Amino acid sequence: MSTLVDYLSSSSARWPDRTAIVDPGGDALTYAELDRRSSALAGFLAARGVAPGDRVGVVLPKSATTVTALFGIMKAGAAYVPIDHSAPAERGRGILTDCQVRAVIVDAHSRALMPSASDVPLAASLVVGESFDAAVAEARPAPDVARDASALAYILYTSGSTGIPKGVMLTHDNAVSFVDWCSSVFTPSEQDRFSSHAPFHFDLSVLDLYVAIKHGAAVHLISEELGKNPRELARFIAANRLTVWYSTPSILTLLEQFGHLEAQDCSSLRLVLFAGEVFPVKHLRQVQRRWPGPDYYNLYGPTETNVCTFAKIPPGIPDDRDTPYPIGFPCAHCEPLVLEADGHEVTPGEEGLLYIAGRSVFQGYWNRPVENSAAFLSRDGRRWYNTGDVVRWHPDDGFIYAGRRDRMVKRRGYRIELGEIERGLYLHPRIHEAAVIAMPDADAGVTITAFLSCHQDAGRAPSIVEMKTFCASHLPGYMSPDRFVFETSLPRTSTDKVDYQSLRRRLAGQGAA
Amino acid sequence: MNDMKETIRQFILKTYLPGESPANLRDDTPLRTSGILDSLATLGLVSYVEKEFGIELEAHETGLESFDRIEDIAALVERKRAQ
Repeated sequence: MSTLVDYLSSSSARWPDRTAIVDPGGDALTYAELDRRSSALAGFLAARGVAPGDRVGVVLPKSATTVTALFGIMKAGAAYVPIDHSAPAERGRGILTDCQVRAVIVDAHSRALMPSASDVPLAASLVVGESFDAAVAEARPAPDVARDASALAYILYTSGSTGIPKGVMLTHDNAVSFVDWCSSVFTPSEQDRFSSHAPFHFDLSVLDLYVAIKHGAAVHLISEELGKNPRELARFIAANRLTVWYSTPSILTLLEQFGHLEAQDCSSLRLVLFAGEVFPVKHLRQVQRRWPGPDYYNLYGPTETNVCTFAKIPPGIPDDRDTPYPIGFPCAHCEPLVLEADGHEVTPGEEGLLYIAGRSVFQGYWNRPVENSAAFLSRDGRRWYNTGDVVRWHPDDGFIYAGRRDRMVKRRGYRIELGEIERGLYLHPRIHEAAVIAMPDADAGVTITAFLSCHQDAGRAPSIVEMKTFCASHLPGYMSPDRFVFETSLPRTSTDKVDYQSLRRRLAGQGAA
Repeated sequence: MNDMKETIRQFILKTYLPGESPANLRDDTPLRTSGILDSLATLGLVSYVEKEFGIELEAHETGLESFDRIEDIAALVERKRAQ
């Protein structure tokens, strides 16, 4: 069984001088350079005491340096923990403390996130632009660490229902099984030029990075700033003659709406892949009209399994279609099972919860025994992950996504537990009660409304401007509610719980659905 | 100039701050550095300003220094129209 590091070693031996990574700034790293620098970093980390099984936090914006860091950490036998560079510092520090990182790699901006020595004793802390640069410049071999496909490669933190992010633990073999499936379906080659739009703390980045590296292709990193600027992004795709695009539907919608695609020649694209949320058909149709050449695929799968079902979108989406496309058929390395809430298998065509077994299924959440026992079903001697997604089977379309039964929503591809937003809102000193409701929206995918009440002695309610500003400093941007509604007190059920159903009915009645 | 600021204010209130009192969105309220507008909302505002005032904005003109406050946005539109 191979590891993600093996992909780099074999491509570096076969194509040492081909471009591996193109930085947002335009600088490029060849396969041989990426291999050498990451080995030097691994040697440095090992010399400082980072050992197989350790975790290393990475709090960097997207760059070739960051990719070097990821491979260096894995070559030391450790798992990388990528942290959102632009999220509130408290969240990042909480994650680094939660998984007890052995080392961190930061830059001048993210240095403030470094946990205190009493919370997390660190063997090494490296700063890009300073100590990191010196470490990778040395001619130091990688440590002699056995490459173990069953070892953790990375931990990705996702929104947790209790309001605290939880770490999804994935091994090399979990990732390799998915990457190898991509090879069989998308037939990549060293001639490909992959976009890398998703940040590294988002599981879409696994495809961009490792499928490209395995096949000797070039990865064109898109910075956070460029990623938000559709007009520049369209120019970037054309100028770099990208062949493979992978992002959330939200980004493709932005490109179609604001990117002036008619002004750019993007005919080099051969594959457009999207995942992370439902793609409103009217926007998908427009993208396909602007870019009629490539094959389009809808990829589905939670971070816990990466992609586990896929659907090829037929060319020429009819004008009258408004039903979203299905999530399709299971990938070869995954096995699906659809069960009723009581554990009985549904008859084909009936709705039920989707469970996944197979090589790509994660190892569990870091240090969360309660969540772990709830996440898996043991059946036929195998571990089945409960995705929490409700689906139904259709013989022609495969699986059709039908929604959720809990309080998790997807927005701009990010998974959001509404409880995490509520927890952020409660941090405001004047907020007494907070209830957050998500409603489907034909245009935006989902809209999030926060119903709030204030402490009686708190004086006037905060303005909406104040709440927006407060959320920006206490929650990741994609979690900030679209609407704030202040009430004297929130409606309660007979058992004195917040009556979410009545709030939801109110929103539906206002035509917010 | 005042009409222009009012037009921009009404669009922001209606689209991104439903229910907010106009008095809380001043000419000098930071829109992006404060978190009122995220990147997606900023794109929507740029697109609205272009259409409403018949101008075309380049990426460098929609940076924080000229596109973070209603008064700055109105001044930018005036400059563009005078060109």
